[in-house]
Amino acid sequence: MRILNPLKSILLSLLVVLFMASPALAVDPKEILKDPALEARAREVGRELRCLVCQNQSIDDSDADLARDLRVLVRDRIVAGDSNEDVIAYVVSRYGDFVLLNPPFKLKTYVLWFGPAVFIIFGIFVLVMFYRRSPAPGADGSGKPAALSDAEKQKLARLLDEDQG
Amino acid sequence: MKRLIFILPLAAFLLIGTYLLIGLGLDPHKLPNMLEGKPGPAFSLPGLEGRDDKGFSNTDLIGSVSLVNVFGSWCVACRVEHPYLMQLKKTNAVPVHGIDWREPDRQAGPTWLQRHGDPYTLIGDDPNSRAAIAFGVTGAPETFVVDKQGIIRYKHIGPITDEVWSGTLKPLIDHLKGEGG
Repeated sequence: MRILNPLKSILLSLLVVLFMASPALAVDPKEILKDPALEARAREVGRELRCLVCQNQSIDDSDADLARDLRVLVRDRIVAGDSNEDVIAYVVSRYGDFVLLNPPFKLKTYVLWFGPAVFIIFGIFVLVMFYRRSPAPGADGSGKPAALSDAEKQKLARLLDEDQG
Repeated sequence: MKRLIFILPLAAFLLIGTYLLIGLGLDPHKLPNMLEGKPGPAFSLPGLEGRDDKGFSNTDLIGSVSLVNVFGSWCVACRVEHPYLMQLKKTNAVPVHGIDWREPDRQAGPTWLQRHGDPYTLIGDDPNSRAAIAFGVTGAPETFVVDKQGIIRYKHIGPITDEVWSGTLKPLIDHLKGEGG
């Protein structure tokens, strides 16, 4: 067996550890359904639902008691024959849209969804207006810088004189 | 037109800034009451040990104006609220039903009530949050005002204090008692 130099072996083991890491879920082994297909659906639903205690985690990620009870409720409803949408609709009917980690697309949230596009279009509009309005070299169409006026010629001559003097 | 280019971004900034400023002052834990104006959810909970009631279910809410108070022996704010509920019981103002939420074991709730007094007319034991989730509860204490038809009319988040009672709950309860049905 070839022996790796120490730096290489450290880097290699770091790489191995990185690939072994998986997201830490709060789902308790006791909660997991026996049927892997149903459990996968429960995970799908759980990822969508906000833990209402910690608020920036999904119920799958949260250790809060209420999140645990919601996970169990999701599983019970799925086993009872509810579709994913039915389960989510039930939870929304109790807690409102806030419980969804992805905001729904509806009249109240149009600003949220269209806002960024509107800002980009507005930004492009402002840029276009700005460049179209600034007098560019050759604004007279000749392609050359505009000729100096008499006053400008005099001023230039004076400055050059001063420089030499 | 040239001025507009300078005024529009400023106006947009002020508008967004105002909304964000308002947003800073909002409490994300105060969720809208999804059940307001709707019949209370169907639930049926077993009673607590040591009390002679058979439990607590949604049908018990029909017939009189009542409060449904979500509490737990683990909940510090409930302990703060508790003396006020005891005082309310003495005045006979309104029946207060309890949902004993997420007790660690069957004894915790009864022990807590023995020590601090029992202000509740009916109590249901809700160890796995079924009724609490059905009511859209996120924390304890929360109190629901239910009218004679069993329709939820108001939700109060946090302990009931004298201010909450005389400023909000009592006027609403008096109004609901005057309603027919």
